[in-house]
Amino acid sequence: MTASLTTSGTPAPFLEVDDLKVHFPTSDGIVKATDGLSFTLARGKTLGIVGESGSGKSVSSSAILGLHRGTSAKVSGEIRLDGVDLLTLSNEDMRLHRGKDIAMIFQDPLSAMHPYYSVGAQIAEAYRVHNKVGRKAARSRVVDMLELVGIPQPDRRYDAYPHQFSGGMRQRAMIAMALINDPTLVIADEPTTALDVTVQAQILDLLGNLQKEFNTGVIIITHDLGVVAEMADDVLVMYGGRAVEYGPCNEVLTHPEMPYTWGLLSSVPNLTADTNARMVPIPGNPPSLLNPPTGCAFHPRCGFRDEVPGQLCTTVLPDLEASARPGHLKRCHLANPDRIYEIKVLPEIAPELAKEA
Amino acid sequence: MWAYAARRCVIGVVLLLTLTLVTFMLFFAAPVNQARLACGKICNEQQIAVTEKALGYDKPFYAQWGSFVRGVVEGRKYPLDPELRAAAPEIVTDCTAPCLGYSQFNAKTVNELLTEAAPVTISLAVLAVVIWLFFGVLLGIMSAITKGSIIDRGIVGLTLIAFAFPTFFIAVFFLKYVVVKWGLLAYPAYTPIAEGGVGAWFGNLFLPSFTLALVFLASYVRITRAFVLESLSEDYIRTARAKGLKGRTVLFKHGLRAALTPLVTMTGLDFAGLLGGAIITERVFAYPGLGSLTVDASNAWDLPTIIGVVLVAGAFVILMNIIVDIAYAFIDPRVRLG
Repeated sequence: MTASLTTSGTPAPFLEVDDLKVHFPTSDGIVKATDGLSFTLARGKTLGIVGESGSGKSVSSSAILGLHRGTSAKVSGEIRLDGVDLLTLSNEDMRLHRGKDIAMIFQDPLSAMHPYYSVGAQIAEAYRVHNKVGRKAARSRVVDMLELVGIPQPDRRYDAYPHQFSGGMRQRAMIAMALINDPTLVIADEPTTALDVTVQAQILDLLGNLQKEFNTGVIIITHDLGVVAEMADDVLVMYGGRAVEYGPCNEVLTHPEMPYTWGLLSSVPNLTADTNARMVPIPGNPPSLLNPPTGCAFHPRCGFRDEVPGQLCTTVLPDLEASARPGHLKRCHLANPDRIYEIKVLPEIAPELAKEA
Repeated sequence: MWAYAARRCVIGVVLLLTLTLVTFMLFFAAPVNQARLACGKICNEQQIAVTEKALGYDKPFYAQWGSFVRGVVEGRKYPLDPELRAAAPEIVTDCTAPCLGYSQFNAKTVNELLTEAAPVTISLAVLAVVIWLFFGVLLGIMSAITKGSIIDRGIVGLTLIAFAFPTFFIAVFFLKYVVVKWGLLAYPAYTPIAEGGVGAWFGNLFLPSFTLALVFLASYVRITRAFVLESLSEDYIRTARAKGLKGRTVLFKHGLRAALTPLVTMTGLDFAGLLGGAIITERVFAYPGLGSLTVDASNAWDLPTIIGVVLVAGAFVILMNIIVDIAYAFIDPRVRLG
C-alpha cells in the first residue's frame, strides 16, 4: 500500500508502516505475530487498531518503538517516521527516538511503573534522558505536566509512589510520562482496559484534548469498539497478525465488510438496544500464529463461508484490497459483503437499525 | 515505623522465652540424669541426691526454668544450693547476668564457653557471607544478562557442580590438595585479630570461609539469575526502555533494584543460621566455634551448654529477622507506606 491510499484524505502522513513483519523463531517453528502490516498516520490524527488477544496489535506497536531490539524477534519491512526508516537506525539512534519522538502509554499502569521509585521521579527520568536539565528544572516541568493531566496538588503528588495513586491517577501519570517530551507519535496500548468505565471516559477525553493541543499522532490499541468509535479517525482491524479491514472510522463501523468485524460488532453489548437483540460471540479460538489456518485465517470461525463459491476461503488467502466503498480496504472473498451484512447480520444484532434501513 | 520495630522486638523477646521453655522441656525428656553424670561413675544414691541438690535438679521443672530465666536477668551463683555455697565458699563460681548456665562437663559457665566460641563462628560466617554474596550476585547477574549463551551455561553448570558436592567433601578436598599436596596455603588454624592481626586472621579464615561460602554461592547464583530474569521481564522494564533510557540504566537502576530485594531476606536468614554454628566446616577444619561446641556438648550430654547454644542461635535468627523486616521497609516503599 502506498501513501496515496491514505484513507482520511488529510495532510501527508508522517508515519508510514509498510509490510511490517515481526517473526519470533521458536523451537517449534516461526511464530508470525505480525505478518505484512501496512498503515499510515498523519499528525494530529488517530488510528485505532482493533483485534482480539494475540492478533498482533501490541507486537506491532512495540516494533514501532523498537522494543524488539535485543530479543530473538525478526523484524522486517519499513517503519518511516518523518521519512526516517526506524528499522535501519542503530540501537543507540533508536534509543534517542524512544520516549522523545515516539512515546507509549501502557495498559496496566500499576505494573508499568516501577514500585520503588516515586511517580514524579519516574516521569522526571523520562524528561532528563532527552533534555540536559537539572533536577529542579525537571521537577518543575514534571509538576506542570502532572497539573496538565489533571492530577490535583501535583507538587505533593510528585513524591508519592505508584501504589498510593488510584487507577485513574496512575493512568494520568502514565500519560504525563508519555507526553513529557512532546512526542509526535503516541502509542496507547489499551490505555483504559484496567480502569472502570467512568474513569475510562475521563482518560479518553484527556488523551483527545492533549492530542489536539500538541498535534500528536495517536495509535490507540484496543479491543473495545466503543473506544475506537469515540477516538479514532481511521480503524485497522487485525486478525491473526494481519490487517483484515482498514478505513475511516465511520465507514468501517457503519459498513463493515469482513465477517470478523461483524463478529466484533455483534459481541458489543448495547444498553439502549432492543432487549431481544442477541449478543453473538465469535465462535472458536484465535488462530495459532505458529500454524495459521490455510487460506483466510478466519475461515474456521467464519459463518459466511457458504456465500463464497468453491474452496476459496480454505485455500486462498484474500488480499487486502479496495472494496466497493471509497477508502475502505478489506481482506475477504465475499463479493457483496454490504448486502449480507444488512440482510443477515444487522437484523440479528440491532433489529431497530435494520428496520430503519 | 519505630513502633513497628519496637513491637517486633517485644515479640522477639517472647519468642526467646518460649525457646528456653521448649529446650528446657526437651532437657527433661532426655533419658539422662544430669546429677548422675556430674557425680561420676562410682556414686551411690545418696551422693547423687546431694549432687542433684547442689545443681538445683531436685526442684521441679518450672522452678528450674524460672531460676534459669531469673539467672539471665540477675546472674546466678554455682552451686545453686545455698547451704553448699556457705559450706565451701572456695568452689563457688559467679555467673554474672546474663547467665546462661553452668556446664559441669567443662567446669565453666556457659557464658565463658560461648564467648570463646562465638568469635570464631562470627568471623567464619561474616567472611563467608561476603564471599558468597559478592560472587553469587555477580555471577548470577552475568548469567542472567547472557541468558542462553556459553557464559550462562558455564556459570550454571559450575554452580551445579559446587552445589552437588557436600561441604565435608569440599572441605577435605581443599585440605588435602590445596594445603597438604600443593602447599598453596598454610594449614588454617583460627587466629584472633588480637593475636595475629587482620592479615593472619584473614589468611587462616579464607579456606574454611570459602568452603562454607561455596554451597551458598551456588544457590545464590541460581536465585540471583532467576530474580534478575524475572525482574527484566516486568512491565516496568519495558516502560524504562520505552522512555529511551540507556541499557545500563535499565538494568542497574530498574532491573536490579527489584531483583535484589528478595536476596536481602535470604541473606539475612542464611547468615543468621550460620551464626548458630557451621557444624561441618568447623569440624573438618577443627575450628573451635559454636558448631564444634554443639557437637562436643551433644556427645557429652552437656545439656546446659546445648541450651546456651540453642538460645544464642535462636537469638541470632530472631534478631536478623527483625533487621531484615526493617531493612525491607527502607527498600520497598510499599512496605513503608502501604
